[in-house]
Amino acid sequence: MMRFLLLFSRQGKLRLQKWFTPLVERERKKVVRDMTLMVLGRPPRSCNFLHWKDLKVVYKRYASLYFCCGLDDKDNELLALEVLHRYVELLDKYFGNVCELDIIFNFEKAYFILDEFLMGGEVQETSKVTVAKSIEASDMLQETMEEYMSKPAF
Amino acid sequence: MPAVSKGDGMRGLAVFISDIRNCKSKEAEIKRINKELANIRSKFKGDKALDGYSKKKYVCKLLFIFLLGHDIDFGHMEAVNLLSSNKYTEKQIGYLFISVLVNSNSELIRLINNAIKNDLASRNPTFMCLALHCIANVGSREMAEAFAGEIPRILVAGDTMDSVKQSAALCLLRLYKTSPDLVLMGEWTSRVVHLLNDQHMGVVTAAISLITCLSQKNPEEFKTCVSLAVSRLSRIVSSASTDLQDYTYYFVPAPWLSCKLLRLLQCYPPPEDGAVKGRLVECLETILNKAQEPPKSKKVQHSNAKNAILFEAISLIIHYDSEPNLLVRACNQLGQFLQHRETNLRYLALESMCTLASSEFSHEAVKTHIETVISALKTERDVSVRQRAADLLYAMCDRSNAKQIVAEMLSYLETADYSIREEMVLKVAILAEKYAVDYSWYVDTILNLIRIAGDYVSEEVWYRVIQIVINRDDVQGYAAKTVFEALQAPACHENMVKVGGYILGEFGNLIAGDPRSSPLIQFNLLHSKFHLCSVPTRALLLSAYIKFINLFPETKSTIQEVLRSDSQIRNSDVELQQRAVEYLKLSSIASTDVLATVLEEMPPFPERESSILAKLKKKKGPGAVSTELEEGKRDGGELNGGAERGVDAAAAIASNASTPSPSADLLGLRSAPPVGSAAPSASSLLVDVFSEAGPTAPSGVMDDNFLSSAPNSSSFGSEESAPPLPESDELLNKFVCKNNGVLFENQLLQIGIKSEYRQNLGRMYLFYGNKTSVQFVSFSTSVSCPGELQSELNIQAKQVEPQVEGGAQVQQVINIECLADFLEAPLLNIKFRYGGALQNITLKLPVTINKFFQPTEMSSQDFFQRWKQLNLPQQEAQKIFKAKNAMDSEVLKAKLLGLGTALLENVDPNPENFVCAGVIQTKAQQVGCLLRLEPNAQAQMYRLTLRSSKDTVSRRLCELLSEQF
Repeated sequence: MMRFLLLFSRQGKLRLQKWFTPLVERERKKVVRDMTLMVLGRPPRSCNFLHWKDLKVVYKRYASLYFCCGLDDKDNELLALEVLHRYVELLDKYFGNVCELDIIFNFEKAYFILDEFLMGGEVQETSKVTVAKSIEASDMLQETMEEYMSKPAF
Repeated sequence: MPAVSKGDGMRGLAVFISDIRNCKSKEAEIKRINKELANIRSKFKGDKALDGYSKKKYVCKLLFIFLLGHDIDFGHMEAVNLLSSNKYTEKQIGYLFISVLVNSNSELIRLINNAIKNDLASRNPTFMCLALHCIANVGSREMAEAFAGEIPRILVAGDTMDSVKQSAALCLLRLYKTSPDLVLMGEWTSRVVHLLNDQHMGVVTAAISLITCLSQKNPEEFKTCVSLAVSRLSRIVSSASTDLQDYTYYFVPAPWLSCKLLRLLQCYPPPEDGAVKGRLVECLETILNKAQEPPKSKKVQHSNAKNAILFEAISLIIHYDSEPNLLVRACNQLGQFLQHRETNLRYLALESMCTLASSEFSHEAVKTHIETVISALKTERDVSVRQRAADLLYAMCDRSNAKQIVAEMLSYLETADYSIREEMVLKVAILAEKYAVDYSWYVDTILNLIRIAGDYVSEEVWYRVIQIVINRDDVQGYAAKTVFEALQAPACHENMVKVGGYILGEFGNLIAGDPRSSPLIQFNLLHSKFHLCSVPTRALLLSAYIKFINLFPETKSTIQEVLRSDSQIRNSDVELQQRAVEYLKLSSIASTDVLATVLEEMPPFPERESSILAKLKKKKGPGAVSTELEEGKRDGGELNGGAERGVDAAAAIASNASTPSPSADLLGLRSAPPVGSAAPSASSLLVDVFSEAGPTAPSGVMDDNFLSSAPNSSSFGSEESAPPLPESDELLNKFVCKNNGVLFENQLLQIGIKSEYRQNLGRMYLFYGNKTSVQFVSFSTSVSCPGELQSELNIQAKQVEPQVEGGAQVQQVINIECLADFLEAPLLNIKFRYGGALQNITLKLPVTINKFFQPTEMSSQDFFQRWKQLNLPQQEAQKIFKAKNAMDSEVLKAKLLGLGTALLENVDPNPENFVCAGVIQTKAQQVGCLLRLEPNAQAQMYRLTLRSSKDTVSRRLCELLSEQF
């Protein structure tokens, strides 16, 4: 199973963090620090896999963002790489040409989309159509743009 | 700010995020955040009830602030309120906040559980999924207790929606992993297995993760899943790339499900049913065949998905380890990948081949790739690939190729990345020993290791070479000759000096016939290194010298002179001084017969498995992310401590009985240090010889009037001791960085303290001064160790006279032995009568763990290397705090020195910072500690970081020190 998923920028700014096993805040910070240091320090065109402690680390860069996850020792690295890719595709489908700013401003959406796709560190639904449908459905339950614009800013 | 694309963006949130992004500095950001926090707090506290939307918006802002890395200490209640909202969007944000911010032992769990219960019962699939996600995200025991019974019912109920089934399966998996005892097997288990046949691919994909985990724990109950999995796999493998519609991923049918099926099958032995097995073998062959087909797409996603299945199939083939044909095909496939242009595939092929190398069917096939692997070790640009290549060489090594592989690994070591050197050294040492046909090759290899990567050669490695040389007399002469030659190098590593000293001390006589290595030349060579070595190595060399006196009587006068010199006999280090004194006495008093018996050649060590193997296993270190493994402590981080052990043992063995060291631990033979047949008689002789310079403080000496350490055990007084004074902590803190001063003073009594510490022992003088002109009567004091402290400190206090005259002062001596590291301070209770009134005072005796520090000087490089070794989260303790006193660097220095550590100059790149190093000496163990103090004069703040091999020590020191500045 996946232990954690992190999205961070080239400058090491954390954009999304998802922890599938309980860790105290201090340990989380340590993992984030180690991951950003390790991954950002890698020369281009290195392989996408690393070992860290007893975990496998799989990462991939998409434009300005690094997607990085920690896996159990027995897990399949290539498949994890495609989990990352599928997540990117889902974000892309939702936001339309997704970029880092979309994830910054709509971080809660990025979490919701991830929740539709993964749960407890395991793949829940691999079909892009199905995931997209349920995201759409939940958006339908939300306010319209008009309602939104009439809301106060503070 | 980009336009919010869809749904319910929250305008206030977007404005806030954009404000934060526009902040030019960290300070500005913090200011903006504090303003926002104040705003939200006032809204939450305000009299006006907030509407759902505002509540949602503020909770979401808090979440954003938290994710930026700031602490959030309120808003939880509002988030919990959102859970019971009827609006989906509010509920969703509430659940997100809970999932991210609520840790598993929050007090709010009961409220949250209530909301979840309602949502699960709502029969609204979207609400149910949200609730299930929340359970899976938090996954606490309370949640498992509340829902472990309910979720299986939802999972197998006929009318549950597919999406809910998926969530329920994975949610149950999560609960099973955290609290397996709460998830009871039952009627639902057989129905879960049949989800493998479910129409909906998504349901199968989710359910199979659960089934795999359950099968690992209860293989018997779930074994029907094997045939179901095989037939499902077979259907997928044989389907055309478009059959599975949206479950086809870049022309690969259901890669996730295929891999999970193959993984499930790895929980079981090969199917017994011939038909099932035949079908499975067919699947595996098809997968191997497909690898040879031209790709259906040039996209990397296509090849990744396809190869993911291939690697999983190979794992299954290796797991079965029974189909030679498939094993060899797998090996050939991996062989192709070894040369693939994709780095990822080369990496995985190397990794996968490691497991293949251990199968008897494929070991030979793996070996044929040796040249490719060696060239990967030399030419790969990526260190993680090179590391895998080194692992594979280690795995494929056997008697036939050991010399080649060891030679390649040694030459790689010269340029290897620092991060993997220690592991490489261990591997070379293991291979050299395991496959040594002639032991001279083994000796050469280990000496080469020390030469090339001396800093990375751990104790275990050099202990082991000595153990082997001592046990094999055919290699002793060669070993002596080789170390003698190695020591000729002008700069040789300290580990080389250790091995050299030990081996020449034992077997120098075997090469003494050659005039080029005459006894005196040998001695002078060793002694020329003496001054460059650390204390433990010097101690070992002194033992080698006394052995020389026995081996070569002609060196006696020279060596005695060395021992007699002030730098030895008056050495400030107790251990060195003691050895010099003892050895000098031994050599001048004992007859040659006695000498020969005492300093006899080491008896062979009992044959044991190498402790290096255990070390290598430990090297892999537990991950910070796996909670189960958290307990395991990494040994590699122990500072300095290890070296001492080796020398203690060497000393105990060389002189065989002078100071029987309780920690003798040479070569991992913890239980029984080898004792030669002559030892008992030798030791009885030695008792006399050493009667003057006896052991410093064996534990028995203190026992006679050792105060019972139970609290309130004062022999006087039926009156209970008073609780410690409220200011006693503060008084304790005053003495952290100093040993002498006034501990306590009131109108009647003044208590002064003088104390000194050496290694794990301390002596404290307490001076009780009567400030009045009237006699104190029934004066009594007692020292007690509450709770666990009893087993951590051994304290013995001399009794004091029951009267203290007016204006007089009485003295009390307290001996302290530190057995293990400790947190609390011992309590000192004083009772006396003054003019009839009973005075009863309890103070904390200022004995803190730092008193047992031995300063350690080290270079900047050593410091940072050790610092990095201590990288487990629990090994570090950090505090940021406001300065309480003026930030004068001289005062800081004095305090840090008073702490007992060595203050290291020129180590920290920033001259404003302070770094210190020391070893805490307890009877049980030695704990190396590193300290860094970073003052920030502008902010009047400090950041203090401590790292040590023991978490309790780091935390305690951090606590103590943060009160000092």
